[in-house]
Amino acid sequence: MSLVRYVTEPLVSENPITVQILGLCSALAVSRSMEPALIMAVSVISVLVFSNLMVSLLRHVLPNSIRLILEVTLIASAVIVVDETLKAYAPGISEVLSVFVGLIITNCIILGRAEAFALRHGPLESVADALGNGFGYAIILIGVAAIRELLGAGTLFDHPVLPLVEAGGWFRTNHMMLYAPSAFFLIGFLIWAIRSLLPRQAEVREYPPVRAGYRETSS
Amino acid sequence: MRQLFDIALTAMLVENLALVFLLGMCTYLAVSKRVETAIGLGIAVIAVQTLTVPLNNAIDQLLLAPGALGWAGLPELDLSFMRLVTFIGVIAATVQILDVVLDRYAPALQQSLGIYLPLLTVNCAILGGTLFMVQRSYTFTESVAYGLGSGTGWAVAIVLFAALRERTRHCDVPAGLEGLGLAFIIAGLLAFGFAGLAGVAS
Repeated sequence: MSLVRYVTEPLVSENPITVQILGLCSALAVSRSMEPALIMAVSVISVLVFSNLMVSLLRHVLPNSIRLILEVTLIASAVIVVDETLKAYAPGISEVLSVFVGLIITNCIILGRAEAFALRHGPLESVADALGNGFGYAIILIGVAAIRELLGAGTLFDHPVLPLVEAGGWFRTNHMMLYAPSAFFLIGFLIWAIRSLLPRQAEVREYPPVRAGYRETSS
Repeated sequence: MRQLFDIALTAMLVENLALVFLLGMCTYLAVSKRVETAIGLGIAVIAVQTLTVPLNNAIDQLLLAPGALGWAGLPELDLSFMRLVTFIGVIAATVQILDVVLDRYAPALQQSLGIYLPLLTVNCAILGGTLFMVQRSYTFTESVAYGLGSGTGWAVAIVLFAALRERTRHCDVPAGLEGLGLAFIIAGLLAFGFAGLAGVAS
């Protein structure tokens, strides 16, 4: 597979959030408005590239029995650098993201790609894979954040986009979008939409559905 | 005592790690197809959370917080940048030790919890609990109450969710919605319910 495929594949057809079910916590929790979401996406992409590159370079010397704990330490070191950088240059955003910067350590995309990809591929492919998965995560995170901020506050990046009723316009804000449950609904509907367009991604049903109006005759 | 009870109850219901702060979602959605496995995972989370939050609290107060090394004659030393890597190390080590101890003294329990324990190292609810504890500068006893309360809250949330998913698995939902899509929407409704508990603790 060419390097370009490694980058494009995880954007939709192998998307880390909607297909691999990785990295959901921050996608749900940090998606309230655009600015923190964008910073979060950049942070995750940089940590992901660093960890995939390092794991791939070290893959022949990592002892198998303590592999996981070493990978987690590598990731944690990268996250500390990101955390300290944010605290120094963007204290406001760092405050908004609060514990979620530290929680990049346990973002399963990062450990998941290190284990599933970087351990078996060279550094170039691993960086390409990291970029692809990072962008796949960023698309969903920023998309959900755009919908939530636009409908919840009528703004994008804190700039007014829709004229609010309070300011003489026609747009009434939807406060539900500012609360946690709306992120679940948006990602749920997004998965539904993607799977309707690409039926190959749908899950195989484990249990047969019981159709309405149909009853088995009991004996 | 009243205050400790408040911390535990708030952590369990009002600030539920799974449904209000949306932490530990990967495991929450992946390991919730059956109530039995959800109960197993829930017990493992309670155990690990109740152990690691106070443990990290002690380490933070004795070694890492700014000025914590005053007892060693180094009051101006600030090791707080080491927090993240130390906390995740403590969590990974606790999970491993718990696994070994259970295997030695309670093999039956280890058999049933064993598969979930390794998952907990990378469960953000566990690390998140520790980070919230640091952010709110809880004392040691408060951190015990917080660990127990937040772990129990996560366990309750996943058991409820698994029960709902079991009930809906025969539902005739539109193509493309079954499985993950439906799970997200159920979780959203459940999160709505928990948002209604916001007034429980004063």
